[in-house]
Amino acid sequence: MYGGGYIGPDEPKLQDDQDDPAKLAIFEARIEAGEKIEPNDWMPAGYRKQLIRMIEQHAHSEIIGALPEGTWITRAPSLKRKLALLAKVQDEVGHGQLLYAAAETLGKSREAMINDLINGKSKYSNVFNYPAETWADIAVIGFLVDAAAIVNQISNSKGSYGPYCRALERICYEEAFHLKQGHDAVVALATGTPSQREMVQAALNRWWPPLMMFFGPPDKMSSHTEKLMKWKVKMASNEHMKQEFLDTYVPKVFELGLTLPDPNLKKNNETGKWEYTEPDWDEFMRVINGDGPCNKERLAVRRWAEENGRWVREALIKKDEKHAIPLA
Amino acid sequence: MSLDPRINRVKTLEEVKPIAPHEYWPTYEVFHQKKRGLQPVHVGIVHAPSPDLALVFAKEQYARRDKSVNLWVVKSSEVYTFDSEDSDMFETTPEKTFRDGNAYKVREKVEQYKKEHNTETTKGRDGYWGGITYD
Repeated sequence: MYGGGYIGPDEPKLQDDQDDPAKLAIFEARIEAGEKIEPNDWMPAGYRKQLIRMIEQHAHSEIIGALPEGTWITRAPSLKRKLALLAKVQDEVGHGQLLYAAAETLGKSREAMINDLINGKSKYSNVFNYPAETWADIAVIGFLVDAAAIVNQISNSKGSYGPYCRALERICYEEAFHLKQGHDAVVALATGTPSQREMVQAALNRWWPPLMMFFGPPDKMSSHTEKLMKWKVKMASNEHMKQEFLDTYVPKVFELGLTLPDPNLKKNNETGKWEYTEPDWDEFMRVINGDGPCNKERLAVRRWAEENGRWVREALIKKDEKHAIPLA
Repeated sequence: MSLDPRINRVKTLEEVKPIAPHEYWPTYEVFHQKKRGLQPVHVGIVHAPSPDLALVFAKEQYARRDKSVNLWVVKSSEVYTFDSEDSDMFETTPEKTFRDGNAYKVREKVEQYKKEHNTETTKGRDGYWGGITYD
């Protein structure tokens, strides 16, 4: 998992009026030609800031996203499911590290990013502020939350910043396994006993509203958004990604005879677009701003892990060590 | 009661001391060799307190699935590169076609000469240049 999706309205200013116009022209021509930007290239201050913010929040989402799933490792229903979940959770944490590394090449240290996370200054994907109540929630998360994240991440992997694209390619490769093991777990429940079907239906009902918020509210088409698209930081509109998600995955739910809790959800054959009920965006803003069912405990677990790992880190620190920003 | 067993078991803290600069140790660049006979390829970085642990972390991060033969790690601060502003020094390199075998085509001239001077001799292996495809 876990694509950034939409995270928050606090977008940095792109500040292009302060950038050297000649260098800006070279930078924009390079992107226009489909070339990637590499860490030591000249880049506009706003491009750097926006990318750090986006990649950092994506990294936090991977790390925090592993928490609700991690709680189910000890309670997985079989050895096979446990091995898959262990591998998936390790992948998610690994993705977090790959993404932190990509953000580090832009000049923000890993220590600074973790500090911003545990102090609540940085956001992460809102979907992880909801609890995984039963094993079926884990199946649905692995299937549909990862599916939504893949749509977002494949789109971002075609962006302009080299290190982020490279990390995303590797991430998407591993996500394909997450999605398939999640689908496998959902199918096992859906084709199982009546109580298993009931369990997976209940989990779908719980996760559908957060899933419908995953890509965020429709973009406001502003000059800011236009610039981000021109610089290939933002690759597709939120609505475009949501449509792609619905088109690919809703049929895979319906073919199992399962339902989704939205009476208006259907594909309009004339427009080719999915119609749906808008999710509760007030709830979305409330949860993003800290008042969700799990916000507090997610950060509490993270703080606990940092504090309890500290003595190990400090014992191994060597004084006078040379440090450098990662290269690529 | 939380659904996260850790929340119920451990004493969580409202605030922790900020993580100090460089507390996560320096970074090592990681090179992964996938198969015997292939070059080790740069795949990313790890943070580690020593080369030994950098290898252990690199194994977890970059070699936990599919095939691997070996990993190399080297401290990021020990790698030297050109300045990216100097990348224009490579700009004309692809134009140096005189360094490329394909720039040297003689077949037409040879055929012309053969026709004019009637030099047809014992036929050798067509287009064979000791293992190199040419012309």
